Amino acid sequence: MTTMRARKQARELQRALSYEAKRPTVRVVSNPKEMRRENAKKAWHRFSRNKLSVVGLAIVILVILAAVFAQYIAPYPEHAGAYTDFANSTKAPCAQFLLGTDNMGRDILSRIIFSFQGALKMAILVLVIAVPVGTCLGLLAGYMNGTWVDTLIMRIADIFLSVPALLLALAVASILEPNLTNSMLAITIMWWPWYTRLVYGVATSCKNEYYVVSAQLTGASKGHIIFKEILPNCLSPILTKMSLDVGWVILMGATLSYVGLGEQPPIPSLGQMVSDGARYMPDQWWMTIFPCLAIIIIIMGFNFMGDGIGDMLSKGDSKYE
Amino acid sequence: MPQDDVILQLNHLKQYFPAGKGKDGQKLFVKAVDDVSLDVHRGEVIGLVGESGSGKSTIAYSIIGMYEPTDGEILFEGQKIGRKHRSMQMKKDMQIVFQDPGSSLNPHQSIAEILELPLKVHKIGKTHAERMERVKELLTMVELPEHYMYKSPASIGGGEKQMVAIARALATDPKFIILDEPTSALDVSIQAKIINMLLKLQREKNLTYLFITHDLSLMRNIAHRVAILYLGKIAEIAPADTFFQRPEHPYTQMLISSIPVVSEEEEALKPAKVESTGEIPSPVNIPPGCSFHLRCPYVMDQCKAEDPAMIPLEPGHQVRCHLCQAGRTTPAEPN
Repeated sequence: MTTMRARKQARELQRALSYEAKRPTVRVVSNPKEMRRENAKKAWHRFSRNKLSVVGLAIVILVILAAVFAQYIAPYPEHAGAYTDFANSTKAPCAQFLLGTDNMGRDILSRIIFSFQGALKMAILVLVIAVPVGTCLGLLAGYMNGTWVDTLIMRIADIFLSVPALLLALAVASILEPNLTNSMLAITIMWWPWYTRLVYGVATSCKNEYYVVSAQLTGASKGHIIFKEILPNCLSPILTKMSLDVGWVILMGATLSYVGLGEQPPIPSLGQMVSDGARYMPDQWWMTIFPCLAIIIIIMGFNFMGDGIGDMLSKGDSKYE
Repeated sequence: MPQDDVILQLNHLKQYFPAGKGKDGQKLFVKAVDDVSLDVHRGEVIGLVGESGSGKSTIAYSIIGMYEPTDGEILFEGQKIGRKHRSMQMKKDMQIVFQDPGSSLNPHQSIAEILELPLKVHKIGKTHAERMERVKELLTMVELPEHYMYKSPASIGGGEKQMVAIARALATDPKFIILDEPTSALDVSIQAKIINMLLKLQREKNLTYLFITHDLSLMRNIAHRVAILYLGKIAEIAPADTFFQRPEHPYTQMLISSIPVVSEEEEALKPAKVESTGEIPSPVNIPPGCSFHLRCPYVMDQCKAEDPAMIPLEPGHQVRCHLCQAGRTTPAEPN
């Protein structure tokens, strides 16, 4: 009995010692290179503290790789286009066609992999335009808080926000030729005010912080104050929102192509596949369910990653890490 | 000690802020600073003391250029300055250290970047390497290790942040530094360290400090002259010794007699106890006559009607009080 207790105590002591050994010691960082490495390490620590963000990052990387190397990964690259093989139409998932085939006999897996290309292209192009525009306008309005510039920018943003995005996208896509470019254009027009509002909120509160005041008083230029003092403080919400928005843009693209205003056949798109497959529900369920799952997985991946980026860029509690 | 060389002069400085409209439709103003005149001599530490809301920080912010004065003028080395009218040279010569060290350093920059900014703006040091040398020098000056330049503000303590803020103020080699309650957010042991460091720097570089605080006992140790503010007006201004030994204004007496002391000897040195009553009125609705009459134990009829003017008692000692007028001194017994 006593030996068991002694052994247990020894084990606990050992565990405590091993914790002690693992405790990070404060290293003295003495040159810029080390500083960058240390910062990167800390950032990764904050990102990976939540395991879901790592899962999200993995999904995002996989989706991007799949889109880039679709030609090599897809089991039947030729099925991405106008291809028909009625001998194999509406086949349930099997060894030959892992996720089954559609009514034209095309492999669903291949088409999903190829549709990632369109989805990502759309998300990237929308955000590449909407985010800088929205951010710059928000910074300007926030910096000029209380002047007519502020009022003008924010009221225009309000007007854009008051129109339902999808409705305008539908209108634009139905007036112009319905294709990926036009639906992207419509979505972009609707997307920037969200960033303006987000950045405006951060910038107005940041503007009154003493570090901004102090930079102004010492004579720093407007450009320095806006881009070096205020912008870094807005980056965390911007990047978080961006990675969440990738999911939303993809979803919106899917919605547009579901109603036939997005990517036109035969180029595969997730929304189109869902809408085509819906007619064969519930007997040929794989035609709808798998593209749906693909949409869910992409959106979840970007959302989890977004949370992680938010954690990573938040400042203030790094002293205890 | 003070020389006759005036570095900063406030002439009837007024700083009003609109505060909406009253019941009768009249525009209301917060009279944060109301007719303050003050000379600051080169190489002196002048203390500005007052309760919360007495306008200490507003004076500092007007001088440094965050507000355009409503009326009156601010002269720096003989030149009139406003919010917009100030040369780069003036921005270089005048620096401020804020109260809250947490908010005065950008959390997204490293200490090196923070300290480099004033150097870049004022073109001190041509290359990045030269500026980094200067940053190291500055950190040594405020007694921080050099490797702190690679840290972020979030990873250092409050006192250390304040030292970085002081280093930033020193970066441009200024002549005049406004210290806006630099130690009130810090704990006592760090306060002492920072105060000592500030005094050492002041002596070494012959700096002029405008030291704002509400800590009177701190003033006793560091200031050459002390000005006491009440509702945006200077109540009394005197050399530090006179201020603590022979205060004339009832408000000063009230404040000094309420400083807690440890020993009997100290108790004996203090002026007779003047009971502190009431609270500072709202600066929107300043009582007529002397603004202090509602709380003054020696209040006379004259005080309720007339606002006293600044009266010089002896060189460097001025008081705003009807009691002190025409050579009268404070009566021993409150009436």
